[in-house]
Amino acid sequence: MSKMKALVCRECGKEYPTKAIHVCEMCFGPLEVKYNYEEIKAVISRKKIADGPNSMWRYLDLLPVEGTNFVGPHAGFTPLVRAKNLGAYLGLDELYIKNDTVNHPTLSFKDRVVAVALTRARELGFETVACASTGNLANSVSAHAAAANLHCYVFIPGDLEAAKVLGNLIYKPNVVEVEGNYDDVNRLCSEIAGEHGWAFVNINIRPYYAEGSKTLAFETVEQLGWKTPDQVVIPMASGSLLTKIWKGLHEMKYVGLIDEVRTKINGAQAEGCSPISTAFKAGRDFFKPVKPKTIAKSLAIGNPADGYYALKATAESKGAMDMVTDEEVVEGIQLLAQTEGIFAETAGGVTIGVLKKLVKQGIIKKNEVTVAYITGNGLKTQEAVIDAVGRPTRIQPSLVAF
Amino acid sequence: MIKVRIPTPLRPLTKNQGEVDVPAGSIADMVNTLEASYPGIKARLCDDSGELRRFVNIYVNEEDIRFLNGKDTALKTGDEVSIVPAIAGG
Repeated sequence: MSKMKALVCRECGKEYPTKAIHVCEMCFGPLEVKYNYEEIKAVISRKKIADGPNSMWRYLDLLPVEGTNFVGPHAGFTPLVRAKNLGAYLGLDELYIKNDTVNHPTLSFKDRVVAVALTRARELGFETVACASTGNLANSVSAHAAAANLHCYVFIPGDLEAAKVLGNLIYKPNVVEVEGNYDDVNRLCSEIAGEHGWAFVNINIRPYYAEGSKTLAFETVEQLGWKTPDQVVIPMASGSLLTKIWKGLHEMKYVGLIDEVRTKINGAQAEGCSPISTAFKAGRDFFKPVKPKTIAKSLAIGNPADGYYALKATAESKGAMDMVTDEEVVEGIQLLAQTEGIFAETAGGVTIGVLKKLVKQGIIKKNEVTVAYITGNGLKTQEAVIDAVGRPTRIQPSLVAF
Repeated sequence: MIKVRIPTPLRPLTKNQGEVDVPAGSIADMVNTLEASYPGIKARLCDDSGELRRFVNIYVNEEDIRFLNGKDTALKTGDEVSIVPAIAGG
């Protein structure tokens, strides 16, 4: 028996084989991997995980691949940083930063999902991989495809940060810049995916791809000494990451690694693209798509595929959602850098900005163990802060001049 | 006639055609004319109350109908409609 039972429709429950498909033929609902938790429970243990590799593959029993011929063998197991300075500044006793700015090899959490996606794509026999991306995903697919000798196509919107464009080209994939925003790229790719037999990581490989995000939950719990945090703050673009962290926490309970989940899940967006947070604050369980306008380009998805499930997970956990302005995004980036020495990209600024807001509103309390997910590296979005950081002091090379 | 691009999951219903031409004056009308030619397709696109399902995205000339007039969005000859399942982030 395999640990994967089937792909199952999240809407109507219809089951499908574990192939490269992502949509229910009956109702268009997204497909998700269904596991044999009883079997996994019999083989998994805290000790087995601790004895595993120093990567996210230590949670192999809960990831949707069949073998151990990994693409991206070093992804994950990033530091959980005790953020004493930022905690003191915000008034929190126990704040942690889950620091995926140093994820291997392309410095964002996307290395986790891509490692799973390409490992699975290779298992399914694909030789060409592709993605629609706001930048980080494309960087990760490009790098992993180079290392795995896979053909690669990445599709990006026309307005990306320079480092995120270069961060594709260096690996020499086919980079297609689409005149439009991410939602345009997404729609186009969805149609291209129907015509080519490629592994589109966030389209036909999506059920496997998205599961990689669960490792952020697994690692956090292990790094906290097998305890769930009281509060987490998660940036939202499509809402998939938030949904999968919630799922990951519960899976640890299903397989007996922890006894209970008592985590409140909080979602963060930028005001210029906040369809999910806006719906949450209005008490709606559905969102209205928007045309994104924010410096947080990695979160600029106006039509978030998992928005509905993100709203549901947050409500179930009794968490909250909020949004911040672009100015607050820049302030958040600076605050994290200047208190903890961690340089996050704009999505990190969104997370820190919303964390600050939720503490101020009394939604996150002083004594609660809180984890903020910092998912990408600031060196990739320098444009966002270049006008805010000042210039070096320039001097002649003499002692007098100093 | 309106050109409608059919996504992979619906092609078994359209005899594997990726594009079909139908006469229609609005999106709601288009769903009904598609149903007349390809029985079963409406139930895939709409729920029991006749509303478009949550994960069905429809675009007219590349614009999401939720930015237009939803199901009542008017169609004219030469318009191209795409039916696209929701996809994950990136």
